[in-house]
Amino acid sequence: MSPWQFFLGHRAEILEATLAHLTLVFIAMTIAIMVAVPLGMFIVQRSALRNIALGFASVFQTIPSLALFGFLIPVPFIGGIGRRTAIVALVLYALLPILRNTYVGLAGIDPAVLQAAEAMGMTDSQILWRVRLPLALPVILAGIRTATVITIGVATIAAAIGAGGLGTFIFRGVAMVSDAVILAGAIPAAILAILADLLLARLERRLRVA
Amino acid sequence: MEMNAKAPPESTILFHDVTYSVNGNAPHAIIDCISLEIHAGETLILLGRSGSGKTTLLKLINRLLMAQKGEVLVQGRSTGEWDPIRLRRGIGYVIQEGGLFPHFTVAQNIGLVPTLEKWEPDRIAQRVNELLTLVGLDPGEFSARHPHQLSGGQRQRVGVARALAADPPILLMDEPFGALDPVTRAELQREFGKLARRLAKTIVFVTHDLREALLLASRIVLLQAGRIVATGKPQEFLKIDHPEVKAFAASLASFSPIEADAVPGYDAVPGASA
Repeated sequence: MSPWQFFLGHRAEILEATLAHLTLVFIAMTIAIMVAVPLGMFIVQRSALRNIALGFASVFQTIPSLALFGFLIPVPFIGGIGRRTAIVALVLYALLPILRNTYVGLAGIDPAVLQAAEAMGMTDSQILWRVRLPLALPVILAGIRTATVITIGVATIAAAIGAGGLGTFIFRGVAMVSDAVILAGAIPAAILAILADLLLARLERRLRVA
Repeated sequence: MEMNAKAPPESTILFHDVTYSVNGNAPHAIIDCISLEIHAGETLILLGRSGSGKTTLLKLINRLLMAQKGEVLVQGRSTGEWDPIRLRRGIGYVIQEGGLFPHFTVAQNIGLVPTLEKWEPDRIAQRVNELLTLVGLDPGEFSARHPHQLSGGQRQRVGVARALAADPPILLMDEPFGALDPVTRAELQREFGKLARRLAKTIVFVTHDLREALLLASRIVLLQAGRIVATGKPQEFLKIDHPEVKAFAASLASFSPIEADAVPGYDAVPGASA
């Protein structure tokens, strides 16, 4: 059976898996952004805490993804088989690029600009919302882009612990020794990653002023 | 500069035995027991070498820094008693390279304090146009540009316009023309000199350039190692018998014609009054 025939024959199933995949990525990214961006803002001025936070986030990047999914299964509350465990693992993977870029983006702002803002009588929250975040946003977004692409790829492995998504086809194809089935999962995943990358890169360019 | 009737008499700054040191340890005081009265409407130049404390003294005025000993009075009130936000909105601040917000247009940069003060948009737009014209930039051409689309001199003009936006009685300037090429710097110095006389604001201006000080000052205060070592009007200043004044005076005369002869094609040395 050619990959194309398989694709046509299972298109409803593939579409469903793609949507499940996207949902997984979307939930994981939303949580990762909500954790990593505020944490990044918090550690900018605190060097001791910064080393701990960045070190902690880096550790997860070094664990092979399949192993991380495996490790999480026996963990109480967040572990087990299924989507919840997968989302936890994906969040842990996505943290570092967002956290690091939030820190780098905020720390890289010209101190003269911040001093001017303070000297003009802006309050701390005005400086944060009108100066620091807008100036750091392109860099933060670059981190979100990296994390999104990583998450789309790693999410294929989530199928190993029963979280569904496009990885289902890849694992089934490996078991069946069928390239057609593997490709039915791999190609949509690759397309998703490329589209996400292009889309976020475009947004990033629009936000970058200078 | 003449005292102008429009300048409110209370817009003076008073340093009273002010000492400032990093971490509060007195042996390394950056500002060492300074007392100084700055009168309404004068252009006071704080002159000194790098590290003499002149920028620190400036930052004590708008409470970017707080003195450990003594107090700084602005319009009769100690800066410690002022709400820092209110204090700073009434004091214009210009720094080297402008410190413009790179993500704002020229109009947004200039209109920032009026925006924070919740002026009507029409009034802000009108004020921005007025100020751009005042600093010699065509509003139609420059309003919508971003700072990276401006030359160094244009950025500095926008910086001055931004500081003037809400018409503050006091203007602090920290080596505003320091990063400009010599030709542009001379242009801006001359124009700013005229502008300062017209605006009748209390201006405190930091520089290490004696030529600039002599051109713009109504009074020069020379700082050395956190202390005031000489004070005088420009025409009297060079006659003061103090080694640091002489060192600065020597920097004016340091251009030797013998060296100039060695530069091919170099014929005329323009005078300081050019």
